[in-house]
Amino acid sequence: MSMIYPTIETNETYLHQAERVKRQNQMKSFLKGMLFLLPSIILFSVFVFYPMFKTIYLSFFLTNAQGATTVFTGWDNYKALFVDPIFIKSVKNTFLFVFYTVPPTVIISLILAVIANEKLKGIGFFRTVFSSTMGVSVAAASVFWLYLFNPTMGLLNKVLETSGLDAIEWLTDPKWALIAVSATTIWMNIGFTFLILLGGLQSIDSSLYESADIEGSGYFYKLRRITIPMLSPTFFFVITVSIINTFQTFGQIDILTQGGPANGTNLIVYSIYREAFVNYQFGAASAQAVVLFILILLMTALQFKLVERKVHYQ
Amino acid sequence: MMLSMRKKIVFYVLLIISALLLAGPAIMAIVMSFMTNQDILTGRLPTAFTIDNYIAAFDRLPLLQFLFNSLIVSIVIMLGQLILSSLAAYAFVFLEFKGRDFLFYLFIATMMVPFEASVIPNFHIIRDLNWIDTYAGLTVPFFATTFGTFLLRQNFKQIPKELREASLIAGMGDFKFFLTVVLPVSRTSLVTLGIYGFLTSWNMYLWPLLASTNDTVRTIQIGLKQLQTQEQLNQWGVIMAGAVIVIIPTLILLFLGQKKLQKGLTEGAVK
Repeated sequence: MSMIYPTIETNETYLHQAERVKRQNQMKSFLKGMLFLLPSIILFSVFVFYPMFKTIYLSFFLTNAQGATTVFTGWDNYKALFVDPIFIKSVKNTFLFVFYTVPPTVIISLILAVIANEKLKGIGFFRTVFSSTMGVSVAAASVFWLYLFNPTMGLLNKVLETSGLDAIEWLTDPKWALIAVSATTIWMNIGFTFLILLGGLQSIDSSLYESADIEGSGYFYKLRRITIPMLSPTFFFVITVSIINTFQTFGQIDILTQGGPANGTNLIVYSIYREAFVNYQFGAASAQAVVLFILILLMTALQFKLVERKVHYQ
Repeated sequence: MMLSMRKKIVFYVLLIISALLLAGPAIMAIVMSFMTNQDILTGRLPTAFTIDNYIAAFDRLPLLQFLFNSLIVSIVIMLGQLILSSLAAYAFVFLEFKGRDFLFYLFIATMMVPFEASVIPNFHIIRDLNWIDTYAGLTVPFFATTFGTFLLRQNFKQIPKELREASLIAGMGDFKFFLTVVLPVSRTSLVTLGIYGFLTSWNMYLWPLLASTNDTVRTIQIGLKQLQTQEQLNQWGVIMAGAVIVIIPTLILLFLGQKKLQKGLTEGAVK
C-alpha cells in the first residue's frame, strides 16, 4: 500500500503541470490568434459595429447640425417616418425599383451566361464583353444613360422619332423616371450577375450532359432538366445579392434624377443622404437607416436560409 | 459535345447581337468623346476626328490630380484588404484557440450591416479624427472585409495542415510560415482579391462624395460628376471624354483578370 502513494503523488504533479502547460499554451495560441485577427477586429469595431449601434442610438434623438444629440425623443422619429409621405414613397419606390431591376437583370444575365457557356471559338472575347459592365463605375454608367435619356439629343428619343413615335421625357416624366433609372441599373449589374452565373454553369458536372446526349435529349430539354435545377443555388445567391445591392442604390439617383420628379425616384439611401447631409436631420436620417438595415437583415437571413437548404440538397 | 453548323451560326448571331447591345453605351461614349460638338448636336455620324474634348476635360478640372487620387486610394485599399484579410484568414484556418468560432460569427455579422445604413456615424468618426480630405479617411474604413477573408480562407484551407506542423517542428514560427509558405502558395487568390478590391474602390461613389470637400483628395468619380454638373452648354463630347477616362483603367483590369475574377467570385459565392 505504502508503495502506491508516491506514484499517485507524482501522477498528480504531472497532471498539475500538464494542466498548467496546457493553459499556458491555450493562452499563447489565443494571443497569437488575436494578433492575426486584431487589425480586422479593430477596424470592424470602429467602422461597422460602433456605427451600427450609434445609428440606432441616434434614431431616438434630435441632433444639431454637427450631429451631436440634443433632445431624447423616444420613438418620435419612427412615428414621424411612418406618416411622412416622402419617406413612405421612398420605401415604395425602393421595392418597386427592386421589382423593376432584379428580375430583368437575372433573366438577361442567365440568357447571356447560357449562350456564353458554349464551347465555341472566340467565346472568351464574348465573356469579357458580357462581364465588362462590372468595370464601369456608377458615375460613368449614369453619364452614358443621362445622354441616352436626353429628351432632345438622346439616342432613345431619336430612335422613337425616326419610328414615328412621340418623344418621352425619360427622366422628368413621373411615369418613366423610375423605369429609366432601372434600365441604367440593369445594364450596370449585368456584368457581375453574368460572371457569377457563368461560374455556376461551369461548375455543373459535364457527365450529366453526356448521359443526356446519349439518351438523345434536345437542347431545351437539357436546359430545363439539367442546367436550371443544377444552377439553382447560384441562382438564389445572385437574386439575394442583387436585391441587397439594389436596396443600397445611390449613385444613379444622384446623377440621373436627384430623386425627382416629385420624389418619384427617391430611394431609401438617397432619402437618408438628403435627410442627413442636406437637411442635417441626423436623428430622422438614422431612423431611416435603421429601417434600411432591418430590410437588408431580412434579405440576408433569407439568403442564409436558402444556402442552408442548398447544403441539404447536395 | 460537337455543335452542328446551323447551331453554331445561331449561337454566334446571338452572341454578336448581345455583345453589341451590351457594349453599345460604352462604345457610343468612346465614339462621342472623339466627335466634334457640332456632329454631336446635329446627331449625324462623325465627320471628323478630334481630341479637343479630352483637352477641354483636362483643362476644366484637375483630372490628372483626380486620377492620381483615385489610383492612390484604390491601391491603398487593395493593399489594406490583402493584408488584413490574409492575416484573418490564416487565423481562421491554421490557428486553434478559444473564441475562434465566436469571432467567425462576428465576421459574418458584419456582412449584415450595409455601409449605407451606417454612413452617418462613419462620417462623424472621420470628421472627429480630422480625416476629412485625407487619403486615410477615404481608405481606412474599407480595409477589413469579410468577403476577402472568406475568399482567402477557402484557398488557405487547401494547404495541408501537415505542412504547418513540419514548419513548426523545423523551428519556423507561424508568422514566417504565413509569409514564406502560405502567401506564395495562394498567389492566385491574392491576385483575384486584389483585382476585386481595386475595382470596387476605384468605382466607389457615395463615400468619396462625403469624405472629400476639395480637390486635394477628390477621386475621379466625383470629378466626373463635377464635370457633368458644370457643363451648361450640353458639351456632351467633353463629358463623355471624362467618362471614358474613368472607365479605361478598370476595363483594362477587368479584361486582364476576368477569368480569375470569375473563379474567385464563384468560389466565394457558392461555397
